Amino acid sequence: MAILEVRDLHKSFGKNHVLKGISFDLEKGQVMSVIGSSGSGKTTLLRCINFLETADSGKITVAGDVLFDSDSKTKISEKERRNKQLKIGLVFQQFNLFPQYNVLDNVTLVPRLRAKERDDYKTNRKAIVEQIESEAKALLEKLGLSEKLENYPCELSGGQKQRVSIARALALKPEVLFFDEPTSALDPELTGEVLKVIRDLAKEKMTMVIVTHEMSFARDVSDYVIFMNNGTVLEQGTPEDVINNPKNERTKAFLMKVNG
Amino acid sequence: MVQIIHQFPTVFNALNVGFLQTLKLFLVTLAGAIPLGLIISFGSKSKFKPLSALVKTVVWIIRGSPLMIQLLIIYYMPGLVFDNNIWGGGEQGRFIASCVAFIINYACYFSEIFRGGIQSIPVGQYEAGQVLGMTKGQTFFRVVLLQVVKNIVPPMSNEIITLVKDTSLARIISMQEIIWAGQAFMKGSHGISGAIWPLFFTAVYYLAFSGILTVAFGKLEKKLSYFHE
Repeated sequence: MAILEVRDLHKSFGKNHVLKGISFDLEKGQVMSVIGSSGSGKTTLLRCINFLETADSGKITVAGDVLFDSDSKTKISEKERRNKQLKIGLVFQQFNLFPQYNVLDNVTLVPRLRAKERDDYKTNRKAIVEQIESEAKALLEKLGLSEKLENYPCELSGGQKQRVSIARALALKPEVLFFDEPTSALDPELTGEVLKVIRDLAKEKMTMVIVTHEMSFARDVSDYVIFMNNGTVLEQGTPEDVINNPKNERTKAFLMKVNG
Repeated sequence: MVQIIHQFPTVFNALNVGFLQTLKLFLVTLAGAIPLGLIISFGSKSKFKPLSALVKTVVWIIRGSPLMIQLLIIYYMPGLVFDNNIWGGGEQGRFIASCVAFIINYACYFSEIFRGGIQSIPVGQYEAGQVLGMTKGQTFFRVVLLQVVKNIVPPMSNEIITLVKDTSLARIISMQEIIWAGQAFMKGSHGISGAIWPLFFTAVYYLAFSGILTVAFGKLEKKLSYFHE
């Protein structure tokens, strides 16, 4: 069974029909890239799946748990939605780190807040906090940031910031991690360190959905690619099919343009 | 000059009593206007149009008319128009009426500063809180608030230093603050009359107090300079 199932997702902003029925499945441990020109609906798709926008209709299921279903009459509570939301993580283009917290606190803030809801928090507080911190430190070390634990986001390079924001998302142990153009806000020489982190995660079989303009990266790292155009999925398949041997004329034209 | 030195201890004591009343008005105004200002700023951002329109009208009236007039209206109108002097005749009543006028007036100014401070926070901060599964309250108190505080320290320090000097307007309804105490020596008070220097001397108090506040806000600004976006 697919870990992420998206069925017939629609979204309009006023008269602008941005998503016109998007459907796809993603298997556990797979990496999917979403490519397409700007305005094709890639970011809106990501935002709908992450609840930053509410889709008009469709169904989203993660690990068998329905996150969104426009046909369902039962309204999920705010708390339920928050808990379900944690099955998916999102890494923003603009990082959106919390500037007043240092690197370690950016990663541990939410795990610590969530730990307070545990029944054994009062009795076990010290052990729980230590556990959270050591997990965060291990995560940051893996992403090459162990020297930066005490630094504030404003003291980091763009590539370091993006790695911290990946660590912050991973600390919540999501089933699927989404990336919204993770290298678009970076200087070209800094994209490599972020792409390497994503490659390493792919090797560890982290399930990921990546909206990207980095075609060669998408080709290397993805198991599956969807090409979006004007709110629809125009072509989908392996990178070999979609990026190397596109069938649709629009896909061909798009790839010609981005590959210069 | 010799006379001033002779009069100084008496004047100093009387001015201290007046300044204590000034200080009380200042502190009560801050304690009331900051939370009320926050409520007003939320009101003016409300999606319920009649509420935001009402709040904006009130803010316009309060910011658009002199605080001195507001003091007079709040103090005299209940007695003169409604025949019901809710403040009573004493210093206590004048103090409470002054507090009411100052709190309403400063809350309106603060609300605009808060509104600007809250609006200056990038939407990405709220979105990050949301995708990380934080509640709206957690996002506001753990993520947004300190950034708002940092953003509003300079305009708030400006406004608060203005408040120090604006407290003197309470003189218009004879609240016994420091200007009133200084002026009393012109007509005659504590056995001294015809002396204008005590009134001039009150400026030293204002200068010293706003100096202390300037240093304190500078320290706060520096303390919050460890981060920026």
